[in-house]
Amino acid sequence: MKVIELSQGGGGAESQQLVQQLFYRYFKNDILLKSEDAAVLSLQGQSAFTTDSYTVSPLCFQGGNIGNLAVAGTLNDLAMMGAAPLYLSCAFMIEEGLPFETLKKVVKSMAEELQKTNAKIVCGDTKVVPQGAVDKLFINTSGIGHIKSASESVPSAHRLQKGDAILVSGDIGRHGAVVMSARENMNLQSDLKSDCEVVWPVVETLINKGLSIHALRDATRGGLAAVLNEWAQTSQVCIEVEEDKIPISDPVQGLCELLGFEAYDFANEGTFVMSLPCSQVEAALAVFQQFEFTQQAAMIGKVTEFQPGLVVLQTPWGSQRVLELPKGELLPRIC
Amino acid sequence: MSTLQLQDLYQGFREPKTIQALAQKIHQAAHALNSPLRIMEVCGGHTHTIMKYGLNQLLPEKIDFIHGPGCPVCIMPKERIDHAIALAQMPNTILLTLGDMIRVPGSKTSLAKQRALGSDIRALYSPLDALKIAQENPDKQVIFFAIGFETTTPMTAAVIQQALALKLSNLFFHINHVLVPPAVEAILSDSACQVNALIGPSHVSVISGAQIYQSLAVRYQMPIVVSGFEPVDVMQSILMIVEQALQERHEVEIQYSRAVTEQGNQKAQEMIDAYLEPRSHFRWRGLGDIPLSALQLKDAYKSLNAESVFKAFLSDEPIDDHKLCICGDILKGVAKPQDCKVFGRGCDPSRPLGSCMVSSEGACNAYYRYAEVALRSVKPIEKKRATA
Repeated sequence: MKVIELSQGGGGAESQQLVQQLFYRYFKNDILLKSEDAAVLSLQGQSAFTTDSYTVSPLCFQGGNIGNLAVAGTLNDLAMMGAAPLYLSCAFMIEEGLPFETLKKVVKSMAEELQKTNAKIVCGDTKVVPQGAVDKLFINTSGIGHIKSASESVPSAHRLQKGDAILVSGDIGRHGAVVMSARENMNLQSDLKSDCEVVWPVVETLINKGLSIHALRDATRGGLAAVLNEWAQTSQVCIEVEEDKIPISDPVQGLCELLGFEAYDFANEGTFVMSLPCSQVEAALAVFQQFEFTQQAAMIGKVTEFQPGLVVLQTPWGSQRVLELPKGELLPRIC
Repeated sequence: MSTLQLQDLYQGFREPKTIQALAQKIHQAAHALNSPLRIMEVCGGHTHTIMKYGLNQLLPEKIDFIHGPGCPVCIMPKERIDHAIALAQMPNTILLTLGDMIRVPGSKTSLAKQRALGSDIRALYSPLDALKIAQENPDKQVIFFAIGFETTTPMTAAVIQQALALKLSNLFFHINHVLVPPAVEAILSDSACQVNALIGPSHVSVISGAQIYQSLAVRYQMPIVVSGFEPVDVMQSILMIVEQALQERHEVEIQYSRAVTEQGNQKAQEMIDAYLEPRSHFRWRGLGDIPLSALQLKDAYKSLNAESVFKAFLSDEPIDDHKLCICGDILKGVAKPQDCKVFGRGCDPSRPLGSCMVSSEGACNAYYRYAEVALRSVKPIEKKRATA
């Protein structure tokens, strides 16, 4: 079996070979192939700039792998600012001994995700480190995107206001549930797939419809609970959520029942939360209906003045509770 | 043939119409009550259900909950947590335990912090994973820090049985299994205790049977209903308690009849009896020393007992909770979490001073997490919030 060796990160002939045969082959574009020390870009207007490092165990899971996450995650961070993704950097930290085929699979997945927008990987870096220094493969990507809208209408956690509706773009918690069931000691099987997806095409359509999007956030680590709490605190508003309106698939709910978790705390990788005036909810839902992966989109709640700074869940039988910011690591219940 | 889906196990038990109908019936029936009902839900799982689903908000004022001691992590005294940490610090050791136990602070540190310093500490999904880990690491000593009430004890017994069958010489057990009846008895026998009805635990009763509460019902003249964990279960159980109180009956009734019998799971009981026996006494966090309230490995299995094998590393010096902590009073129903001076100020789930704030099933923890909407109207609570 062909594996990645330390020499392939040493900067010499073996490094060059890896870069050319793998990274250039799948990521090729004019800027990258110039092979300079830095990519030269020309930017116009306002830009959004973001970075994220990706680590996931196992590297491959139902519905994707670390490569899909590394591209979709950064593209989505740009999309959440209403920015059209343009340029990405990409750095690999590889543990020696990683099967070459695994790396190739990851790189191919990254290239596939890039196809979904006009974004290009324009610079990169490769390190190979001794066994144990990283867990198989870490990837960092940074991204630059172009913001078309005026600066006062860029979506922001500060812009939620009373009367806004809160929408989710799909059913929640799938990525977190998939990764948890894929861990070696779980031995659980289901057809569940990660929600990992590039969301810019949806966001672009929403923007082009002229909707006044006040806030947008992809519900990654910390899940829906973290996004709503951050918004409620940042804008000092209350977010009241109707518990039975939150779309949760049966397999995700099942895993939660089994282990004592809540789907609100599970990570998502292509599901986002949006706030906009109540009057525009129908138009927004119509946009979500145009895309295959946002069919489950729903309005789940409203921004009110009830308890500023808090997220309040309304149960279908008339009681209320606070939806807390997730704390600590997710641990299964004891009995 | 239709197969059983996971959602079949809970969907009907969260039906809004049923919950509302039960709430209405409870309101109607409670009118005739002469005095308030102060119901202790013994098990932390029920505390969680009541707070998470906001069931207390649906009930008349005459019905109040007193949150019981049934949270295995909350009742663990600091000196036993220190045992776990001391064991994990030994060279060449893997320490295994369950869930929340990882983050509970002992006298100086927690297992989570010790893990960050490099100790091999793992939270198991199933206790049986201990066998595989011991087999895969023959050059290490693997210690299972076993916790829980009657519910989880049979699993530990099964691991002991398998470890013996497989002749594993590197798997040891630190047994912290505790028993419901002696702890409830300790609370009820206190003259200050306000409890006048009990919701009996679900899964403890699946193993031990509803029979274990019989003597409590007789001695303390109170209704006891063994309830399931879903909102409909709890609401129906409350209605059954109200009806008993109105008819002046003091019986043990089983609402959770889809899983609980009078006698319980006798096979599991036999398995426990084969390897474990009552410990002369066990110190409960918040309640103090209670005789015969926990289990230990029988002498015949001394070679598996981490408490004997690693005795040199372990101290049994009792370590008390903070002076301001009133967990003991909360467990007896004399005080509510918000009556505590340090609730939400010096004491919160990330820095618990007392037992009830420790695990998600503890009373203070559940109040802190879920009850802020209700509490705010009573008195404001300052909370430090993490910012992301």
